[in-house]
Order: sequence, then structure tokens, then C-alpha cells
Amino acid sequence: MGEALGLLGFGPDGWGDELAAGAWLTIRLALATLPFGLAVGFLAALARNSPRRWLRTPGNAFTTIFRGLPELLTLLLVYFGGQTLFTRIAGLFGGAQIEVSAFVAGLVALGLVFSAYASEVFLGALRGISRGQHEAGYALGLRPFTVLRLVVLPQLIRLALPGLANLWLVLLKDTSLVSVIALNDLVRETSVAVHATKEPFLFYLVACLIYLAMSIVSSVGIMRIERWSERGVRRS
Amino acid sequence: MNIELLERYGPRMLEGLLVTIELVVISVVLGALLALPIALARMSRSPILRGASLAYVTFFRGTPLLAQLFLFYYGSGQFRHFFESIGLWWFFRDAFLCCLFTFTLNTAAYQAEILRGAMTSVPRGQREAAMALGIRGPAVLFRVILPQALIVALRPLGNEVILMIKGSAVASIVTVFDIMGVADLAFARSFDLSVYLWAAVLYLVLVETLSRVWNVLERKLTAHLAVAGTRA
Repeated sequence: MGEALGLLGFGPDGWGDELAAGAWLTIRLALATLPFGLAVGFLAALARNSPRRWLRTPGNAFTTIFRGLPELLTLLLVYFGGQTLFTRIAGLFGGAQIEVSAFVAGLVALGLVFSAYASEVFLGALRGISRGQHEAGYALGLRPFTVLRLVVLPQLIRLALPGLANLWLVLLKDTSLVSVIALNDLVRETSVAVHATKEPFLFYLVACLIYLAMSIVSSVGIMRIERWSERGVRRS
Repeated sequence: MNIELLERYGPRMLEGLLVTIELVVISVVLGALLALPIALARMSRSPILRGASLAYVTFFRGTPLLAQLFLFYYGSGQFRHFFESIGLWWFFRDAFLCCLFTFTLNTAAYQAEILRGAMTSVPRGQREAAMALGIRGPAVLFRVILPQALIVALRPLGNEVILMIKGSAVASIVTVFDIMGVADLAFARSFDLSVYLWAAVLYLVLVETLSRVWNVLERKLTAHLAVAGTRA
């Protein structure tokens, strides 16, 4: 037991600092993905909710594809595909081989998956806001964008929050896949530690517990945000 | 479309498709068998059963499938002597079986929560009515509660199967040749990105087929609930 604590300790002999660095990258990646995923997801939901077919069809296709593909496959497609694409574009201008940063590839891939699911949540929330709310906004002489910003969005957040909170927990776990494209997240740092110490069970168990702690802390935060979003709504 | 590449890896890709289907079907079915006792334990009156099942469900739903897979696949190596002495080492040494083991435990946790939610949605009166009719013990559960709960659980269970299809791709990381594993192999040898696109098509077909089958299933199973005239 004492030996295990030594291995997990901080400093030159322990792997605590490596694990912490990995966990920190996991958190940074998830936090960086969130705004991107939310923005794309919201736009996709608006497209799918549009009366115009040329907006609806690509919106639906986008959602079907990124909800149907394994996250791992999306990640590799973005990582290797991005590399090929940018190298070709650079080739047109006489450039050389281009490396896509694993962090950016991870962010884009996880963001695409997140936004596909988020568009579903936003769409449900959009439909939960009655038509009269839009009409009242127009009747007050507000422009469409202003109606969206001042009338729809504040109500949308409350309706979409539980669904989005779930997606955040899923995102946190999905970040573990970036270890495959050699990004030093929690899983990869753990694998390095396992390689050096030959203590796989101990280290992967600790990694699992760190993820669990992140999930639990997130859940507490989510509960607070939900309570905040329901201010102004009468409790029954 | 690269014909030569398709000739070389096409058949292996279809074998990979079978491996993916095997992984998903076996783990979802075994997971369902495990899920019922876990769900019942979650609703039990005994604090020990409740605590243990809550810990199980929290662990498997709160940590990434990949980390769980590494924990069991690499972690079991540390207990090799123990597993050899009880004659189970062949099981944990095999990547495919280890994936099955991990996926089963994982999906059991998710399915247990789905089942629990569905069972709580069945009105109390149903149980009381059954007892008033003199139905006892397991018959109340299997004849009265579960048939109604399963209809509520149908849609989330379908989503869970889809999540398993997608999640099963991590098996490729521990050298199982499922769809993803074959695609990785073909890409490593050819550097042709189109192999990943084939894999993508296979996964999309798989997921789309399942969701259609599920829609038909749902329509058939809920036919008696449809109000006359609302459904063609």
C-alpha cells in the first residue's frame, strides 16, 4: 500500500504530476471543445428548424452522420483527413507537408460529435418554445435576430440545459479517445506510467477514479447552473 | 475508388463487420441479463444492495469505456498468477473476450438505469392491483411490471444499442479486428484514407438499419396503445 502511494506521489519518483498534467489536458480539451460544439450545434438546429429545404437537408445529414459514426472513427478521419487536405492545399501554393496539431484535431472531431447531439437537444428546445413567443416579439417590432437573442435564447437555455449537461458528461469521457492520436491526455499519461512501473491495474484504476471525480464535480456544477437558469420560473 | 485496395481489404472488412456485430449482440444480451438484478438492487430496501449497485452504476457510467477496457485488459495481466491458478487466464488473455467482458459490464450499468427508470414509471396501482388479484412474488414482476416497463424502456434501449455499436470501435485499440480494426490495418499499410470512409459507410448502415428495425418493433409492440384513428 505504501509502495502504491509512493508511485502515485508527486516529485521525481512518483507519477502524480504526470497524471495531473494529463488530467489538466483532458479538462482543457473538453472546455475548449464546448463553445465550438455549442455554436455549431445551435447553427445546425436553426438550419434543421428552418422552413427552407436547402438548409434543412444538410442540417439533417450532418446530424445523422456524426451521430452514427463511432467517435474514434470521426477522430481519425479528422486527424488524417485534415493532414491530407491541408497538405494538398499547401501543395497548390508550393508548400510542404503540413502537420495538424492533435489538440486541434481532437477539438474539431469531438466538437462535431458534440454538435450533432446538441443540435438534437436545441431542436427539441426550439420546438418547446411556443409560436406565440416569436409572434409577440415581432408584434413589438423587433427584428428576427433580436427576437432570437432577447426572446428565444433566454428560454432556450433553460429548456436545453438538462440535455446539454448530459452531453458535457459524455464529452468528458470521449476525450479519452485522443490518447490514440498521441495527445498526452489522462489515458495516455497513465499508459506511460504503466509502461514504466508495470502496475497497470493500479494506474488505470486511479485514472478511472480521476474521471469519476471530474464527472461528480461537473454534476454538482451543473446542478447549480440549472438552479440559476430556473430563477424567474415559478416553482410548482 | 481504388479497386485493388477494395479487392484486398473488402472481404476482411466484411469479416470485421461480423466481429462488430458479434461484440455488440453478445454484450448487449448478456448486459441485459445482468441489468435486471442490478436495477432491482437499485430499488431494493436493503441499504447494502442499494449502495453496491449505485457504486457499480456510477463507476461504469462515470468513466470512459476505453479506460475500463485498459483496466481489465492490461490490469488483468498483473494478476496473471491468480487467474492461472483458478484456470481463467485464457479468458483475460484474449483481447476479444476481454472486450466482451468490459462491454457487458458497461452496457449492464446503462441498461440497469434505463430499466429502473422504466419500472418506476409503472404506476403503483398496478402492483397493488396484481397483489389484490392474488398474484404473488416473481409473477408480479414478470407478468405485470416488466411488460409495461419494457415498452417505456424500448426507445432508450435502442439508443443504448446504437451507442454500443459506436463504442465497440475501441476494441480495435486492443488489437481486435472489428470494422475499425481492419480499417486501421488497411490504412497503416496503404495510407489510403478511403478505407476509413468504407468503415464509416458500414457503421452508418449498421446504425441506420438498427434504428429502422427499432421503429418497426416499437410500432408493433405499442399497437394496442394507439388510439383508434390516430395511426394508420
